[in-house]
Amino acid sequence: MSDYEFVDHSHDVVVIGAGGAGLRSTFGLAQAGFTTACITKVFPTRSHTVAAQGGISAALGNMGVDDWRWHMYDTVKGSDWLGDQDAIEYMCKEAPDAVIELEHYGVPFSRTEQGLIYQRPFGGMTTHFGEGIAQRTCAAADRTGHAILHTLYQQSLKHDAEFYIEYFAIDLIMDDTGACRGVVALDLATGRLHRFRAHQVILATGGYGRAYFSCTSAHTCTGDGNAMVLRAGLPLQDMEFVQFHPTGIYGAGCLITEGVRGEGGYLTNGDGERFMERYAPNAKDLASRDVVSRSMTIEIREGRGVGRDKDHIHLHLEHLGPEVIEERLPGIAESARIFAGVDVTRSPIPVLPTVHYNMGGIPTNYLGEVVTLKDGDPESAVPGLMAVGEAACVSVHGANRLGSNSLLDLVVFGRAAAKHCAATMQPGARHAPLSSDAGQNSVDRLDRLRNARGSRPTSEIRLEMQKLMQNHAAVFRTGETLEEGAQLLRKTYASFDDVAVSDRSLVWNTDLVETLELENLLQNAVATIESAANRKESRGAHAREDYPERDDENWMKHTLCWVGGPGTVCFDYRPVHRETLTDEVEAIPPKARVY
Amino acid sequence: MAQFRLPPNSRIRKGRHFAAPEGAGNVRRFVIYRYDPDSGENPRMDTYDVNMDGCGPMVLDVLIKIKNEIDPTLTFRRSCREGICGSCAMNIDGGNTLACTKAADSISGDVSIYPLPHMSVVKDLVPDLTNFYAQYASIRPWLQARTPPPPDRERLQSKEEQELIDEPAACILCACCSTSCPSYWWNSDRYLGPAALLAAYRWLVDSRDEAKGERLDELEDPFRLYRCHTIMNCTNTCPKGLNPARAIAETKKMLLERRH
Repeated sequence: MSDYEFVDHSHDVVVIGAGGAGLRSTFGLAQAGFTTACITKVFPTRSHTVAAQGGISAALGNMGVDDWRWHMYDTVKGSDWLGDQDAIEYMCKEAPDAVIELEHYGVPFSRTEQGLIYQRPFGGMTTHFGEGIAQRTCAAADRTGHAILHTLYQQSLKHDAEFYIEYFAIDLIMDDTGACRGVVALDLATGRLHRFRAHQVILATGGYGRAYFSCTSAHTCTGDGNAMVLRAGLPLQDMEFVQFHPTGIYGAGCLITEGVRGEGGYLTNGDGERFMERYAPNAKDLASRDVVSRSMTIEIREGRGVGRDKDHIHLHLEHLGPEVIEERLPGIAESARIFAGVDVTRSPIPVLPTVHYNMGGIPTNYLGEVVTLKDGDPESAVPGLMAVGEAACVSVHGANRLGSNSLLDLVVFGRAAAKHCAATMQPGARHAPLSSDAGQNSVDRLDRLRNARGSRPTSEIRLEMQKLMQNHAAVFRTGETLEEGAQLLRKTYASFDDVAVSDRSLVWNTDLVETLELENLLQNAVATIESAANRKESRGAHAREDYPERDDENWMKHTLCWVGGPGTVCFDYRPVHRETLTDEVEAIPPKARVY
Repeated sequence: MAQFRLPPNSRIRKGRHFAAPEGAGNVRRFVIYRYDPDSGENPRMDTYDVNMDGCGPMVLDVLIKIKNEIDPTLTFRRSCREGICGSCAMNIDGGNTLACTKAADSISGDVSIYPLPHMSVVKDLVPDLTNFYAQYASIRPWLQARTPPPPDRERLQSKEEQELIDEPAACILCACCSTSCPSYWWNSDRYLGPAALLAAYRWLVDSRDEAKGERLDELEDPFRLYRCHTIMNCTNTCPKGLNPARAIAETKKMLLERRH
């Protein structure tokens, strides 16, 4: 066992992940005087936040009247009333301040003629509670995520935050009382194991788009934090809600921002018809993403797709003119040229709904504390454990996230987590000793996979899982396809016992890392498809053809899903927070969702 | 005595050959640099004959296909696969670029793939970027201003002012430019290289930044800035179409103007 001696570290707080949420937490904590380690499997500016394009929402009112209450209304409606209204109120109210703060940090936002931050329309964003179209999404051309992530990394450098870069987190260290005490991570460059002790662990590990065959997500979006939480015996929440972005490039899957439609782009079917006018007479192409993705899927299914196989849709921006495209959408022009061979000033982009975002994840409250259902208390906080960003389910996005609300989620709740630590902890507090076997779960997991000599290569099992999820848990679902998918996935998951790892080296063993990631993906996939089979209604991104209506009476509640193994899931529920946080705004009662 | 050959432990040997499966029609040959520090062996060039049917168009698609179907030990960085994260920078067919945006059919003949040139190699196509990142941090790449910003709204910046930072701020830190620069190859311990200098320029021209003088002081050095000899490989190779060479020239001009 001498291969696996630990290098030990002690910090006040450990953050896992260096995307938008992880970095915002990290330097917030460093600023507040906490010794903070940020562990990340890729160099911070490689995190998937970098790929966000269209913008970050905030009711600044730079381009017309706006009010955070309208933003809140849109977000609650977008969530199909599954979002927690206290958390949504907090996010929308904090948004202007959080975005102004980003500008003060130096984010190179696009500007209006007056020199203010430029804002564009985005799907589902309205004024006066659904009446007009809001221009609320603050943009740095079409590379807003890049601009924000690089700026947050720069702030982390300024505050001299401590990074452990290209370290892969394996598992949490949980003690007998159910508290989180730290984490074990593998240093890719040396193959050594590091044991981090901390008063607070903040998971900022992002989504798990790679559970699907076609996604806009990076290769690194493998739901590592979600899976660590499951293995710690805690549940994930609302995992059935997977967002399909209407405009992934046909074939390559790369994202084309909703900002294209915000700037006036539109979709057509094989007849050249602007079909969104039929499905969403008011918002048209700027209806929320679940609505647009379903409409596109119906068009294709009914034989009105474009192309030889009539299996995709066209996105037009030719009419916007080269100046607008060059100023506001230069990255899109580049992506379309490289990945679709299209000159967007002349031809439409072939697009298809593509897996994009996970509304579900680790249940938290608006302070960032991980919560679970314990002894009948659905708000029971897990000591020592927090989660932020896409990994978390606060839940501000409910059953469907609005475009440009995710960058907002990252900075608002990344900051909230740091604030909560500052309010409740003292820097430099003494650590109680860890038990002698702390971290053994990680060693066992690593050792098992490093020496896996089975017959199924990692890539084979992964592909099988991805195809299966793509076919059985898609835009439209039925009980039958979901049950069948769940059954097949149990087999695929069981076959992971027979996985084959070929690379036996210690230094930069990506074969091993991909295998650890595959196990994480499998656990996320199981939670997703089982939760989808379990929820017998249609809400937001979860569209059941056998239960086409929303059922508030029985299903306006968060799914909690525990995953024990390939076939062992169990469910319980948490109530949706239907009350607001303060009396500055009225709660928004559920009604039919029409765009 | 001058050394005219690579030291013995750096000499690249001929490696293994992975033939295409029988009946594969559309085969292309990829010759890839391999180095495994655990093995104690010299680097080698492995040859993979890849069936391009059912393979995506980009070199990254080919590398992933090799890793998935032929040789899982092949090691490289990758993440976003759409040219924005900068992970998969490498030397392909003699030029530094991103594997995810480089189409295999834009290259004729056998495709050679090496890690970014003149860097320590950690393993296969993974270079050690520690020094590159440290140089980026050394230019203090964050907004510095003594004037406090307005408390509840953004600093104003005109469209024209914003345009100045728009391009240099779009750098993805892939290191293609710096590692294509002969001057950086010889003096990377003291010359900042085009990527870090582009980042420095981004703050020099940001209307909101108030540390222009200090920033220029830091750059005014025979090595840090003036090892740029206008070779222009940086601009030539940048996979994002940015122009670090011009940023460096503009910086030199600012220093000149300051002196007079």
